[in-house]
Formats: sequence, C-alpha cells, structure tokens
Amino acid sequence: MRSRFISIWFRHLLADWQLIRRPELSGLPFVFAAPDHGRMLVKAVSPLAAEQGVETGMAAADAKAICPGLEVLDDKPGRAKKLLKGLGEYCIRYAPIVAIDEFSMDGLILDVSGCAHLWGGEREYLKEIVSRLKSKGYTVRLAIADTPGAAWAVSRFGKVTPLVAPGGHVETLQALPPEALRLEELTLSKLRKLGFYQIKSFMGMPRSVLRRRFGEAFLLRLAQALGTEPEQLQALQQPVPFRERLACLEPIKTRTGIEIAITKLLEALCKRLQVEGQGLRSGVLTGYRIDGKIVQVVIGTSAASHSVAHLFKLFQLKIDQIKPALGIELFELEALKVAPVDVPQEALWNCKPGLDNKSVLQLIDRLSGKLGAAAVHRYVPEARYWPERAVVQAGSLTEVRTRDWCIDKPRPTELLPRPEVIQVMALIPDHPPKFFIYKGEHHQVMKADGPERIEREWWLDAGEHRDYYRVEDANGRRYWLYRSGHYGSNQPFQWFVHGFFA
Amino acid sequence: MEAKLEILKKLQQDLLLWQGFKPAEGEVADCIGLGEIEAAFPGGVFPRKAIHEFICAEPDQAAATDGFIGGLLSVLMADGAGCVWISTARRLFPPSLAAFNVEADHIIFVDVRNEKEVLWVMEEALRCEGLAAVVAEVDGVSLVESRRLQLAVEQQGTPGLIIRKDLKRLVAGVSTARWKISPVPSASEEGMPGVGFPRWQVQLLKVRSGMPGSWTLEWEGDRFVQITPQKVLVQTVQAKVS
Repeated sequence: MRSRFISIWFRHLLADWQLIRRPELSGLPFVFAAPDHGRMLVKAVSPLAAEQGVETGMAAADAKAICPGLEVLDDKPGRAKKLLKGLGEYCIRYAPIVAIDEFSMDGLILDVSGCAHLWGGEREYLKEIVSRLKSKGYTVRLAIADTPGAAWAVSRFGKVTPLVAPGGHVETLQALPPEALRLEELTLSKLRKLGFYQIKSFMGMPRSVLRRRFGEAFLLRLAQALGTEPEQLQALQQPVPFRERLACLEPIKTRTGIEIAITKLLEALCKRLQVEGQGLRSGVLTGYRIDGKIVQVVIGTSAASHSVAHLFKLFQLKIDQIKPALGIELFELEALKVAPVDVPQEALWNCKPGLDNKSVLQLIDRLSGKLGAAAVHRYVPEARYWPERAVVQAGSLTEVRTRDWCIDKPRPTELLPRPEVIQVMALIPDHPPKFFIYKGEHHQVMKADGPERIEREWWLDAGEHRDYYRVEDANGRRYWLYRSGHYGSNQPFQWFVHGFFA
Repeated sequence: MEAKLEILKKLQQDLLLWQGFKPAEGEVADCIGLGEIEAAFPGGVFPRKAIHEFICAEPDQAAATDGFIGGLLSVLMADGAGCVWISTARRLFPPSLAAFNVEADHIIFVDVRNEKEVLWVMEEALRCEGLAAVVAEVDGVSLVESRRLQLAVEQQGTPGLIIRKDLKRLVAGVSTARWKISPVPSASEEGMPGVGFPRWQVQLLKVRSGMPGSWTLEWEGDRFVQITPQKVLVQTVQAKVS
C-alpha cells in the first residue's frame, strides 16, 4: 500500500479561534502579543490586521502606529499546541494517526494511507475535511502527497493543486522555494545569498557538497521531503488494536448493569483475541459518565489469557472502585498489552501440578488484582552469603531458578527483619557465648556450632563482618547469634540475635 | 488373638461411622511420614481434607512450628505442586526450607495488611485446584470463619494449615486437628559437639474422632524420626558409661 499524508495548515489558527469565541471581534483588526525583553511582541495576527501590514515579530507599539484601532490581546505560551491537540483529536475521525506539526506549530499531519477510498476518493476526502473545518470557523489549506514533507510544502507554498498524484511529489517540489523544506532561518538566508530560489536548483547537487555548506539537518529535511528518508510521526493517540465499545441506551448505575456491560465487552474482545491467538496481559475499562467525568479500572494477568470467565472475575474484584454517580453512558474496554497465548492440549484430567498450572495462575491474578502486585512474592536463590541478600524476588511465576538451594550451611527457619542487640558472655577469641540475655530473659547456652564468618559485601555497603553461631539453650530453643566485628579492634563489637532455628 | 484384633478393628470403624466420620471414597491412603502419630487420626490416615491449627505459646517457638510444617510440606509438595503462604508479618526465611526438602521457589508468599485479607486470600487459595497446601499465619479466626474455610477445604481437598501465635484470641473452631510444637533439646550423636538435628515435642491437643497425644519427633535431614523414651534412655546410659 502506498503511503499518503495530508498536511493541514491553519493559516490563522489563534485568530480563528478567538473569532469563534468572541464573534464581536469580527470587524476589528487584532493581534496576540507576548512580553519579550521588556516590550510586547506580536505573536499572531488576525486576517484584517495582516491586510493593513501588521506582521508577526513586530513590536506591539509599532503595529498600533501602523494600524490605528488595533486590538492587542495577551498570548499565552503553549496555547497553539493545546488548540492543535484538540483539533487533532477531532481529526482522528479522518485517519488513525494524527500528529501535530512540531516545526511551525500551526498545522497537523495525518497519515491517511489506505483511508481515502472510504470517503470516495482523495478529492472528496480533502473537500470533506476542508468544509468541515471551515464550518467550524477555521481557514485551512490542505495538501495530500506521498511524504509528510511534500504535503507540508504543497499546503503552504503550492500554487497549482493540493492533490499531488502518487509519485509526483518530486516534480511538484521542484518549483517550490527552499522555505517549503522546513529549514532553519540561518540555512534559508545562506540559500538566498547563493541565489537558490527554487528547490530544483540544488536538488540534484552531490550530497557531500550540500552537507559541507548547509549541514546534516538540511540534507535530512530534503531527503524527508523527497521520501528517501522515513519520517516518524508522533501520533496523538496510539491506535489500540484491541478495543471494544459499548454505548448504553440508558445510563448504567447498578452493579448488575456494570457486570453485564463487562461481560458483553469481554465476550466481544476475547472472541477477537482468540481468533488471532492472542491473550490479554493488561486491560483497562473506561466508563464515560454523563456528568463528563471518566472512571477507569485497570487489571493485569500473570499469563496471557482470553478466557471470559477469568477476566470477568478480575474485573469483578474492581467493580467497587467504579463510581457511576448519575450513570455511565459509554463503556470502553482496551487491551493495553497482549501476548501470544499458547493453548495447551486439553487433558482428560488436569493432573499436572506446579506453579504454571492454569488455576494457580488465575488465583495469582485474582490476588494481585485485589491486593496489588506488590503483595505476591516468590523467591529464587541468589549466589550470595550475606543472609539478607541470599534470596531475590522472582520476576514471574514461571521463572525457573538457575541454581539449587544451598543446604551445606545452617540457616535459621525464621530470620528477624533487623537483628536485635543482646548481652553476651563469651570467651575470647572465638568461643561461642556461655549465656546471653535476649528481651530480658537469661538463656544458658548448652550446645553451640560456629563460628561461620560472613564477610560484608564491601562493594555495596560499609561495616563489619559477622561471626555467626548456632546455639541451643537449656529449654531446647535454637538461636542464630552473631558478633559484629573483631574483639579489641577500634570499632566496638556487638552481639546480635538474627534468627531462630526450628 | 487375630480374630479379636479383627473384631476390635471392625468395632472401631463402626464407631467412627456412628460418629459421623465417613472415609472419602477412592482416597489414596498416603502416609505423610509421621509414623506413629498418624495412628492417632481416624482410620490411621493423616487427614488432608482438613484444617490443621498450630498454636505457638511464645514467639521463639514459632520457628519450631515452621520447621514441622516444612517437614509436612516436603511430603505434600513432593510432586512439584505449589503452596501458598499467607501472613501479615512474615519472618520465615525461604532458604532454610531447603533443609526440610522443600523447594522454596514453589511457595508463593502473599504478604497482606490485615487479618481480614489473610482470611480472604486463604479461602480463595483453598478453593483453587492444583495447590499442595495453604499456610496462613492468622490469629483471629472465629467459628464462622473457620467453618467457611472448612467448607472450602472439603470442596477442593487442599489441606489448610493455620499458625496461631496469640493464645489470648484462641477460640473454638471447627479445625480437624490442633497441634502444638515446642522445641526440646537436641541430641548430638555419640558425644559429638554442636547442635544436633531439630527435635520437637509434638502435641496433638485435639483431633476430631481421633486420639490426642504427645510425641517427640526429630527431623533427620529427609524424614521425621520418632524418639522413644527407650532410645533416650539408652543414650543416657551410654553417656554415663563413657
């Protein structure tokens, strides 16, 4: 399919917008001005003021001198972009990918590849867009061409026809001035000085010569207009391939109603997912309320799924968060993330135990849906001796551990999240404690193992090493104690209890 | 003598039936490796479709309970099935479970904020097929809540183990068994220095249709071994001689 682009140029974007808002200004010349270096500079001009010779970049005082009765309005930075964003969202009805023209900030670029036939041909397509925007009050110029650059050029500088035939953009560009290439002012003045008034006069020159004189950016713009380099458009709204909408005749207010809506949406979505062999990993349900507010709930699954029953259960946990207020009139379900789902062969008995069991995966989805994904943990061993870092959280339920659990050193069944200080009586240099006092209770040590020295991971944190002892008191309770640091060194040593053995 | 034993066995089974205990049909009478303790349960089988309560008098004993549960899990999870461990303030150290033959990466730890959520997660997990066991550290289980859990267990057949640490909030529930595991001094082999295998006093405080009792157990690396008083006696005698 040949790619086609439409460029829409709003000739007087801010002025048109102001006229729509305040029709009483229609007979008056006015400009938008913003403070710059202590004076007011004209940023945008209305058609009437332009006729009288006012230009952008003038000081507002000069403009007033040229054109008496000129209305000077305050300009807000970013207003043009906001307007274009709104217009762009309106234009999504014409093409899925709509981008703001970032270079001059007064137009839109639409990727209309494969769209024109839906409107009965390109001529009718352009006519429709122009008349629609005109009826809203905007004066626009449009052009359609094979590249965004060529469309931009023709919409602003074209004199023959806005309809550039497929493959004809190179020829059309030849007669246009270099300004049509979206170049910096510095490059343009250089070109003028050298006497290049038309693109054709430098189009065929060797690239190395052009690069030396005008730089890489110039070559890129030229290549983008000619179509030898691709141009990426920043779409206003990324098209979501899996989206279902459900408009309701009456606003929905009840839980039962919302449940029915979710089921209907899921049935339609899962049918499409199933046909394409995809499963949902993360989805969002949006409800448009009649008071103009939007309510959203998001779900995630640990494995791609297109089972209506399972996804419905996940949404069911979140229905409490949907506040319908006066009612929801439109539901929209989007699959933000999809992944290929591997459909296992149906077994007569579902007897395969393990974590990748389907029902276990669905349980985890429900738990993390209700409690948040941070509540569910799974650990795999890490090749480290420092007890706090001996395990690492597994990324997913299906992650397989890369090494075996280590059993050659004793490790306590319960580990205190933070070691607690104890008082100890022990023989030096390396004997286990004779007794220790923990939480005010005196423990006589009967049996002991150790020491096991664990060095601190000095590349991560500073501090003393630990000498661990496994001790058993007279009542048979087993503890994991350690001494931090050496006896007699400059730093004071201290004893801690760090865990309990079974 | 043989005939008498047969009659006794038959009578015991009849008694169980009259008490309302029905052995599940087609259930495999797997042993769980507890040896003589299993005889305390009705029919001599460790009940899997049941809620087991473990009470810990003091925080230091919780480790012993964890260890004993680790021993049970090693048999329950032997086929590679997963387990869910729910708690509000977890202190269990996953690498230590390797000493009890449990693959800690098959355990899904769910850390929640309050006990209400623990109970919700536990019920959801018990109703899920494909899990070997569900362990929950929770104190406030009322009669109604324990009945809900029992119904979930009976539906799916996954054993539910509850660890209760607060004795003040202990109320009567419908759990099938109530255990108390307390650590006892270990015995090192033939005068070797150091701490020996973990050894516990296992008390079965309550068993439905069974016989409560008290036993001394030791975890010898890969299985439970029951310590009879005679064995201890022999050891002490040997110690005295040497």
